[in-house]
Amino acid sequence: MKILTQHIDVPGIETIDVFMKNGGYKAVEKAIKTMTPDEVTEEVKKSGLRGRGGAGFPVGMKWSFLAKPEGVPRYLVCNADESEPGTFKDHYLMWKTPHTLIEGMIVSSFALGANTSYIYVRGELMYVINILEKAIQEAYDKGLLGKNILGSGYDLDLFVQPGGGAYICGEETALLESLEGKRGNPRNKPPFPAVKGLWQSPTVVNNVESISATSWIVNNGGDAYAAIGVGRSTGTKLISASGHIKKPGVYEIPLGITVEEFIYSDAYCGGIRDGHKLKAVVAGGSSVPILSAENILTTEAGEKRLMTYESLSEGGFATGTMLGSGGFIVMDETTCIVHNTLTFARFYHHESCGQCSPCREGTGWMDKVIKRIETGKGRMEDIDLLVDVAKKIEGNTICPLGDAASWPVAAAIRHFRDEFEWHVTHPEEATKPGAVYMRPGASWTK
Amino acid sequence: MSNIVFPAETLDLVKKIIARYPEGKQKSALLPILHLAQAEWKWCSPEVMDYVASLLSISSIEVYEVATFYTMFHLEPVGEHVIEYCRTGPCCLMGGVEVYDHLKKRLGIQTGETTKDGKFTIKEVECLAACGWGPVFQIREKYYMHLTNEKVDQIIDELSK
Repeated sequence: MKILTQHIDVPGIETIDVFMKNGGYKAVEKAIKTMTPDEVTEEVKKSGLRGRGGAGFPVGMKWSFLAKPEGVPRYLVCNADESEPGTFKDHYLMWKTPHTLIEGMIVSSFALGANTSYIYVRGELMYVINILEKAIQEAYDKGLLGKNILGSGYDLDLFVQPGGGAYICGEETALLESLEGKRGNPRNKPPFPAVKGLWQSPTVVNNVESISATSWIVNNGGDAYAAIGVGRSTGTKLISASGHIKKPGVYEIPLGITVEEFIYSDAYCGGIRDGHKLKAVVAGGSSVPILSAENILTTEAGEKRLMTYESLSEGGFATGTMLGSGGFIVMDETTCIVHNTLTFARFYHHESCGQCSPCREGTGWMDKVIKRIETGKGRMEDIDLLVDVAKKIEGNTICPLGDAASWPVAAAIRHFRDEFEWHVTHPEEATKPGAVYMRPGASWTK
Repeated sequence: MSNIVFPAETLDLVKKIIARYPEGKQKSALLPILHLAQAEWKWCSPEVMDYVASLLSISSIEVYEVATFYTMFHLEPVGEHVIEYCRTGPCCLMGGVEVYDHLKKRLGIQTGETTKDGKFTIKEVECLAACGWGPVFQIREKYYMHLTNEKVDQIIDELSK
C-alpha cells in the first residue's frame, strides 16, 4: 500500500504535467470546488493521521486548535527542516516528487484558511529548495496557486524559506523564530503557535510527510486512510532505513507490519549485510532509545513487535522505544555502542541552542564524559554520572531537545552497560581500531 | 565596504524575497539573503553582514547574532571549495570515519583548515539527512553520497583541474 511514493519512480514525476497525468492535484480540485474547509479538516480528523515529524500528535486535532479571529491572517508552515540523525524521508520525497508536498500544502492551507504559506527547508538542501521553487512556479502557471485558484475565489501564495543549519529549528517555535529572521531559540508555550505563531498570528506547523498525506485523504476519505494500519497507528509511514542492512533507503510501509518483516523482507531492508548479525536498532531517529536485537524484534510479553506508535513503545523505556520520525538505524555486531552514542551526544551538544542551562551544560558534560570513556580514560563512576546528568536534563528544558539528548545516552547505558564498563576495565583493548565488545551469549556474538 | 554591493540581478532577487513577507517583516528575509551573500563573497565578513543589515533596514547586531547561530555561515575566509562532511552516527556506521581520514590525508589538512593553495577547506558538520546514502559530504549545493576512498580521490581530482 503506497500513498506518498506510489508514483515516485515514474520518469518526470517532478514535472507538473507528469504529476497531473498520474492523478496529481485532483485533491486540490475536489477540496476547493466541492468541500468546505471544515469538511477537509473533518476528513483529516477521521483519518487518524498523526504528525510524522516525530511527535505523533493527531494532525486534525492540531488543526482544530487554530484560532480564527476576524481580520487576522493565519499561516500554514511546513516543517521541512529534517535534521534528526537517521531521518531522510522528507529529503527523498521533496527531491523526487515535489508536487506531492505542494498539493498537500494547497489542500491543507485551504482547510486552515491560510492565504500565505511557507515551506521551511533546512538550508543544506539548497538543491531541493531549487526543485521546490521550480515546481511551485509550475503550479502558479497552472492556476493552482496565486489569486482565485481554479476560479474558486480562494487565494494562496506559497514560498520556500531556507534554514541556516540548526537542528533546533525542527522544533516548531524555533522554526517560527527562524522564519522571522532570528536565532532559533524555542519559545515558551503557551501561547501555542495555533494562537500566536508566525508574527504573532495563528499558525499551524506540520511536517512534510503529514501535509503530503492530506491529498490522499481528501481524494479517498478519512475512513479509507484509517482502514490502513493498526489501532491508533493509521495509514502509511515513510521509514528512512540506514546502517548495516542490505538495502538502505526510504520505504513507505503500511503501519502495522512487524519489525522483523521490515528488517528482513526483500520488500524493505533485505536483511543484515552478508555475514553479519543484528545487534541493535535505533527505530525512530537518534533521539529515541536504542534497543538490542531481542528487544526490537519482540516485546516483553513475547509478541512480535510491530511498526506502530504503540507497539514500538510497549514496555516503556525499560524495554521499548518510539516510532519517532521513522529514522530506522540498524547496527550489526561490528558496531561499538559507545562510539555510536558518542556521535549522538556530540550531535546534541553541538545543536543545543544554549537557552536552558540543563541542556546547554548537560549535553556538554555527556559529550565529554562519553568521549573520556571511548578514549580509554573513563572511570567506573562516569557511567552513573552520565545517567545522572541525563536524568537532570530530561523534562527540565523549554523544548524537547533536552529529552532528545538525554534518552539515547540513558538507553545506551540501560541496554549496553557492559560495553561501557568494558571500555573502563579494558582501555587498551577498547581503543584499538575496530575493537568491539562481544557480550557473552548474546545473539549477535559469534 | 564600498565594493560590497550585490549585482543588479541579485538586488532584484532580494526585493522579490522581501516581498514574500508582510509589510514591515522584512527581517524574515535575513537567512535567504545571508545565503545569497555567502554565495557572492564566499564568507560572511563583518562588512558583508553590515551590508545585509543595510538592505533589510535592521541593525548590524541583528545580523551578527543570526549569522553566528546558524552553522552554515562561514565567519572566516574559506577555500574555493568547502567540503562539509557528515560526522554523525549513521554515516560513521557506513565507514565515514575511514573515508574522512582519507580525505584529510589526501588534502594534507585537518578539519577546519584550508589547503595552502586556497582551493579546499574541510569542515565537519552534523547530520545532512542523507543517512541511507552515507557516507556523505556536501560541497556548496551538491551532495556527494556513497563515498569511498576512490570516489573521494575522483572528486578531488575533478575539482583540482
